Amino acid sequence: MINFQQVHKAYRVNGEEIPALQPTDLHIDRGQVFGIIGHSGAGKSTLMRLINRLEEPSGGRIDIDGEDVTALDANGLRRFRQQVGMIFQHFNLLSSKTVANNVAMPLQLAGEMSSSQIAQRVSELLDRVGLTEHADKYPAQLSGGQKQRVGIARALATRPKILLCDEATSALDPQTTASVLQLLAEINRELNLTIVLITHEMDVIRRVCDRVAVMDAGIVVEQGAVADVFLHPQHPTTKRFVQESEQIDENEQRDDFAHVQGCILRLTFQGEATYAPLLGTVARETGVDYSILAGRIDRIKDTPYGQLTLALTGGDLAAALERFKAADVHLEVLR
Amino acid sequence: MTSLFPNVDWLEIWQATLDTLSMLGGSLLFTIVLGLPLGVLLFLTSPRQMFEQKAFYGFLSLLVNVLRSVPFVILLILMIPLTVMVTGTSLGVAGAIPPLVVGATPFFARLVETALREVDRGIIEATQAMGATTRQIVINALLPEALPGIFAAITVTAITLVSYTAMSGLIGGGGLGDLAVRYGYQRYQPDVMIVTVVLLLILVQVLQTVGDKLVIHFSRK
Repeated sequence: MINFQQVHKAYRVNGEEIPALQPTDLHIDRGQVFGIIGHSGAGKSTLMRLINRLEEPSGGRIDIDGEDVTALDANGLRRFRQQVGMIFQHFNLLSSKTVANNVAMPLQLAGEMSSSQIAQRVSELLDRVGLTEHADKYPAQLSGGQKQRVGIARALATRPKILLCDEATSALDPQTTASVLQLLAEINRELNLTIVLITHEMDVIRRVCDRVAVMDAGIVVEQGAVADVFLHPQHPTTKRFVQESEQIDENEQRDDFAHVQGCILRLTFQGEATYAPLLGTVARETGVDYSILAGRIDRIKDTPYGQLTLALTGGDLAAALERFKAADVHLEVLR
Repeated sequence: MTSLFPNVDWLEIWQATLDTLSMLGGSLLFTIVLGLPLGVLLFLTSPRQMFEQKAFYGFLSLLVNVLRSVPFVILLILMIPLTVMVTGTSLGVAGAIPPLVVGATPFFARLVETALREVDRGIIEATQAMGATTRQIVINALLPEALPGIFAAITVTAITLVSYTAMSGLIGGGGLGDLAVRYGYQRYQPDVMIVTVVLLLILVQVLQTVGDKLVIHFSRK
């Protein structure tokens, strides 16, 4: 669907080349929710804006549905942009237009529908995002979450095949964030819409994304399925993001470990295995004692997962490790 | 009435009021028609905007600054040949409008440029992302979003034009200001001065009030 080949971008500032994105290869499948995570200045915003060419690439090739979009002329680019919706951190709604007129705007600009068709489509969209009764209000009269829903309705107006979300929940409170993310997930399912979102919060990635790319200093340092990257981060930047989202303090953890004896290991369960009574069974069969040092049971998108850090003492340790390995869990021996 | 304002010829005051209003109306209309596109052009070609054109913007900016720095009294006299070419006369209401327009247009264009600069860049970006042409961005996003600022600019320009019309009396432009200078100042008739100044004050007051109302009406923030 979206294919980046050696795409890079540098800005010229006072005659000096400032690289924003190092040559990058990236592949995003149709219907996927693809997350890009990075701190500010990591180049994620540049990467996303290259897709609809709000930023022009300095080199490389971007194919979307087999078409090289870097080669589009002004007219082709306009038509292509109508197939790519975009929502923003600060919503970017027109304060001078009502909610309904904001949503109608992409359709009016495209100029392919009559005003009655547009009105029909707008009411459909407002119904979809649950804002029918606010149609005649102005953006200033809405809450942040409502404004982002208007943004989503506006982005979907031209029935795009791609939706770009630029830090779409970063200005919202946690509860509103959850409801906006849920709406995005629903839209992704119902319309089989490809969603590319950028964020600096691992939690956003965990809740809605299928795949994730981690960026640091203009480089994609790690990418893969969210569960893999989230549960088994490799790159230091990724590890930091995961720790931030789990509120783990490395020093504290080291301190905790120093207080316990025995073998320390981390078990990661995914899917059905999360609900299996594995710990008790193994303890009974092999005679080891366990204490739980840290743990979390949650969901990655729709898949339940658990991650427990245990200290094992006594009994037949080797047999216990064998039993864990045989079960449907991922095992890491930390000490 | 006669004893209070012995020198006031009310018919003449009435005529001068009409002259001032038609000079104001005519020059404001042309100032908006010319200044609005000029302001948009200044904005679009200015640094870091959609049609950044350093040399062109520099030239346009200089032209605007030159016209703005010429004192209006001088401009009035300098404009006489051009005015005769355009309107056939340099006298009366028709003769006053061209210099008024040339004096006010650069001023108004700068105010428009500033009002457009106030529009959130994110809104321009969102409109670009919808696949809008530059013309569509200007008409559908920039101008509607800047409308309160543009109405404020029109108000300030209209009031500036009121004071300019007073000076056009110098070249036989007529109007209330002219009356105030000729009768009130040159012939020492303070009653004429007071009446004309009060009428001008009322005019300015009305313009400001209507302008403020429009700004508030179009502000949705």
